[in-house]
Amino acid sequence: MEDILEVGGRRFRSRLMVGTGKYSSYDVMVKALEESGAEVVTVAIRRVNLDRTKESLLDYIDPKRYTILPNTAGCYTAEEAIRTARLAREALDTDLIKLEVIGDEKTLMPDNGALLEAAKVLVKEGFTVLPYTNDDPVVAKKLEDIGCAAVMPLAAPIGSGLGIRNPYNIRIILETVKVPVIVDAGVGTASDAAIAMELGCDGVLMNTGIAGAKDPVKMARAMRLAVEAGRLAYLAGRIPKKLYASASSPVEGIIE
Amino acid sequence: MKIKVNGKEMDIDREITLSDLLERLDIIPRGIAVEVNREIVPKSLYGEKVIKAGDIIEIVRMVGGG
Repeated sequence: MEDILEVGGRRFRSRLMVGTGKYSSYDVMVKALEESGAEVVTVAIRRVNLDRTKESLLDYIDPKRYTILPNTAGCYTAEEAIRTARLAREALDTDLIKLEVIGDEKTLMPDNGALLEAAKVLVKEGFTVLPYTNDDPVVAKKLEDIGCAAVMPLAAPIGSGLGIRNPYNIRIILETVKVPVIVDAGVGTASDAAIAMELGCDGVLMNTGIAGAKDPVKMARAMRLAVEAGRLAYLAGRIPKKLYASASSPVEGIIE
Repeated sequence: MKIKVNGKEMDIDREITLSDLLERLDIIPRGIAVEVNREIVPKSLYGEKVIKAGDIIEIVRMVGGG
């Protein structure tokens, strides 16, 4: 049976979602996206350059191949985030929005109050809202109740590469909500992604972990394999952890 | 008459449509969104929307991001 991730009525085979920022060139980005196997890619919404440069990200990302997930990165109020989401919908003709409302410049941690406020408005306007949130089960539940299509708790601060700092909170979130839980931000290397998936998360979203690696194309492949391996291990069901040994070879028939 | 586009002041000689403005700026109306005085103008109305003195215009598109 195929293992499908369903988010907001869309179905994906890949459980790895990747960002398109911070790459040294479009060429590296295109190759990394390819190797990651991702079907969902995130983008930001910014002013068009008025210097008549023709190069555009749209020339490198085929909307027929990838589902484009615009974000509201850089927004510090609900109002700014709502405005950016509306612009994204008009520009990209999509109802998908990765909702970020940042509360603090240094940690880029979300402002939960403003996040909930913006999510309410956007869900009402028909957006499929995927909110970037703290690893807080209470906020996750509120976001689900509002009608968000998924919740996306951070593993660690954006771009920090610290990995999952609080696996117990992620586990509680997984028990608390029914919508997909996608770990977003803070993944530094393949094992971090595998741990998220082994916990039972439905997917992982990352940007810096791939784009910032010495060889982003190789890391993209590593992340793809890690997400697949972690997912399989979760579905397979790991053995319980025990303090003492239990022999793998039979005790019977040992020579005397 | 003066207008403001993406935070920069611009001088235009007369009232023009949004389509004309985009053409002057060499912007292909694909994958973009335009706000005039904080109101989004749907793509189908670019040819009708008239830009007036003092208008504040924001033109956005997608860029790399996480």
